[in-house]
Amino acid sequence: MKWARIMAIAFLLVVSAASLLANFVAPASYAHQFRDVPDAAPSRQHLLGTDDLGRDRFSRVLYGTRVSLLLAPAAALLASVLAALVGGIAGFVGGWVERCVMAATDLFLSLPWLFLLITVRALLPLNVSPVTSVVITFALLGCLGWAGAARVVCADARALSQSDFVLLARASGSAGIRLLWHHLVPNLKPVLYAQFWISVPVFMIAEANLGILGLGVAEPLPSWGSLLRELESFSTISGQPWQFVPLILLIVVVSSFHLVLTQEELPV
Amino acid sequence: MRQRWVRIVLLILAVLSTGIALAQSGGELRFCLRSDPKTFNPLLMADDASETVRYLTGGVLMRLNRLTQEAEPELATSWKVSDGGKTITLKLRDGVRFSDGTPLSSDDVAYTVQQLMDPALHSPTGDAFRSGEGRVITRVLGKNRITITFPAPIAGLDKLFDQVAIMSAKSPQKEMAVLGPYYVAENKAGAYLILKRNPNYWKHDSSGRQLPYIDSVRLEIQQNRDIETLRLERGEIDFINSIDAEYYDKVMAQNPAMAHDAGISLDAEFMWFNQVPTSPLPAYKKAWFTSTNFRRAISEAINREDLVRIAFRGRAHPAAGPVSPGNKFWFNSKLQPHPFDQKSALQRLAQDGFHLQDGVLHDRDGHMVEFSIVTNAGNKYRERMATMIQQDLSGIGIKLNVVTLDFPSLIERMTRTFDYEACLLGLVNTDLDPNSQMNVWLSSSDNHQWNPSQKTPATAWEAEIDKLMRAQASALDAKQRKQYFDQVQEIAWEQEPFIYLVNKDALSAVSPSVRNVHPVVLRPQVYWNIDELSLGSEVARNK
Repeated sequence: MKWARIMAIAFLLVVSAASLLANFVAPASYAHQFRDVPDAAPSRQHLLGTDDLGRDRFSRVLYGTRVSLLLAPAAALLASVLAALVGGIAGFVGGWVERCVMAATDLFLSLPWLFLLITVRALLPLNVSPVTSVVITFALLGCLGWAGAARVVCADARALSQSDFVLLARASGSAGIRLLWHHLVPNLKPVLYAQFWISVPVFMIAEANLGILGLGVAEPLPSWGSLLRELESFSTISGQPWQFVPLILLIVVVSSFHLVLTQEELPV
Repeated sequence: MRQRWVRIVLLILAVLSTGIALAQSGGELRFCLRSDPKTFNPLLMADDASETVRYLTGGVLMRLNRLTQEAEPELATSWKVSDGGKTITLKLRDGVRFSDGTPLSSDDVAYTVQQLMDPALHSPTGDAFRSGEGRVITRVLGKNRITITFPAPIAGLDKLFDQVAIMSAKSPQKEMAVLGPYYVAENKAGAYLILKRNPNYWKHDSSGRQLPYIDSVRLEIQQNRDIETLRLERGEIDFINSIDAEYYDKVMAQNPAMAHDAGISLDAEFMWFNQVPTSPLPAYKKAWFTSTNFRRAISEAINREDLVRIAFRGRAHPAAGPVSPGNKFWFNSKLQPHPFDQKSALQRLAQDGFHLQDGVLHDRDGHMVEFSIVTNAGNKYRERMATMIQQDLSGIGIKLNVVTLDFPSLIERMTRTFDYEACLLGLVNTDLDPNSQMNVWLSSSDNHQWNPSQKTPATAWEAEIDKLMRAQASALDAKQRKQYFDQVQEIAWEQEPFIYLVNKDALSAVSPSVRNVHPVVLRPQVYWNIDELSLGSEVARNK
């Protein structure tokens, strides 16, 4: 298991490095359409062939990985911070505040998030660059993805606030922000880390879902979601196995993230 | 002894051939609908599935021959248009009965027309007949003769009856009593419909045999095109009426005999700029979009040949204007698609003060030329076209942002808030006559997409189009109408309020077991001659 974890970390490092260095590694621009060779098979010029518009698939996978690998953690960080604020304060204060906040969280969880995302996306300004659109997409995912984590954090914060060491701190005169910051937050860190790491692959897949619906990252910028759209019509791709590379990459990266999470980091 | 054996062999062959002949005349034809039909009332049908059922079950006075694009007698053996295009007198066929045995008479035609024009019914089919204020008068002149008078002249009146399935005024089965080749025998919502041969269908072939040849039609409800294609490959369905270029290529690669390309369809893909004066766009962008030079330059900067070759895999043609060459009579053959010429595009832009600065186009006030184009999410052909146009326009220094929206949001922006800059969509044309495009071209119309519901035409050329469209709608002489509509097409080509991109090909996939198939560009492409289709012996036997 230890070896598997080391392999997963190494794989994630290699993938991250390759995607971050895409400007140097990629043989072509992710947007350039080689219109003479659309849907080409792998060759020396195009290692993974070209897509339906003649764009180099290998370059697009590299840039798409960069987008998803950078922004999914960013969205996960945003969601974790929101979860920490909402769940932490609700659990710490307790009483009717906790009941109201958790009721609101439950309501938020019951909303069909995909439709919510589609609606919010439709209300945004149209004239934004692809880079802005990708930031907006992941920011939306982060803003809408805190509720599940907030419930876990709230439960943990409640348990901590009733623990002996917090009682001792209160007896010593510690209260309010000081008690929260010095005694509760450090003990909430493992839960928050775990929520963060769990959220990363969730947001990657959520963006992929949006991409499959055509509502994710704007063209021509690639993301795993837009790359996976090539697979939506199975009967037309069955003879082109190299088109499965983004899917395989997504599966391996998400699996690696799960392997990286050790037992002790996960909340029990 | 030898003669006896020869006789036996001949007898066996005769019995076998009789068996095959019998088998060929029956069977079940199967194909897929994308959704359940929303209604079985032929006057209320507006969706594809309902229209399919209407075509297969409804009996009409005249039928537009999908091959010749001319009206032919069906339930009406003859007709005469008089009173300046306001009145039509029809003579009905003798001895015709509905599927339940009720005889057809002029009363049924009068009943159908009154229902069709009843404002309370809101019949989409009736909209084409609403020529002016006032009532439609039907006069029954006898059992088989009737006169229908409309309040105002209607151009191309006879061809409009192709969409009107005659209903029975007296049958207890109401709209389920039909005059077409089939009747609805079973309907399992969400799963399938079974249509059975109408025992009273009036049509016979040249040898006197009653049509249709096929006993029943099974319409499977299937939304997924992958599954539909797989089912065709497995022989579970007999054809796909309209197929995408990608699936067509796949069918072509596996079984070329199944793939049918009937040529350029009536459908067009196009883009347009928002020219609504009250839209929330900045004034300088409104100035760009209302400039003919700007629109022409964009049009010339788009490589339509590449759109055809890459986005549609060669199964389309560059479009020139609002009428496709597939519309034999109304197409203005003088018009050619705008050629791809970025140098000429830049010259046109220079006339309006646009200039390149470090490879980026700026207007005369120094604004960088950047705009967004919206299209509906999930339509991969439009998304591909938008992305290709993005690269084409970057060649003249324009930054184009491609935005895909879910359809309701797109419609909201197009029709209510007008909060968009350019839009890429398509038009599915089911009607040959330009009257069906009145709601697009009249400046007062809600569907005049680039600037709808104008109180007075915003430009001289829109006023001219209004005048010509009204003139063609009121003229009765087809040649005169064609001249007027040719001028409309020329203005549209010159001004480019819609930048026409491509006309798709009419593609279909048909199992070789289906006989007498002649796919055409008009809907329904494959089964337009349903009563003449037959199934191969093997298929008929198995089914």
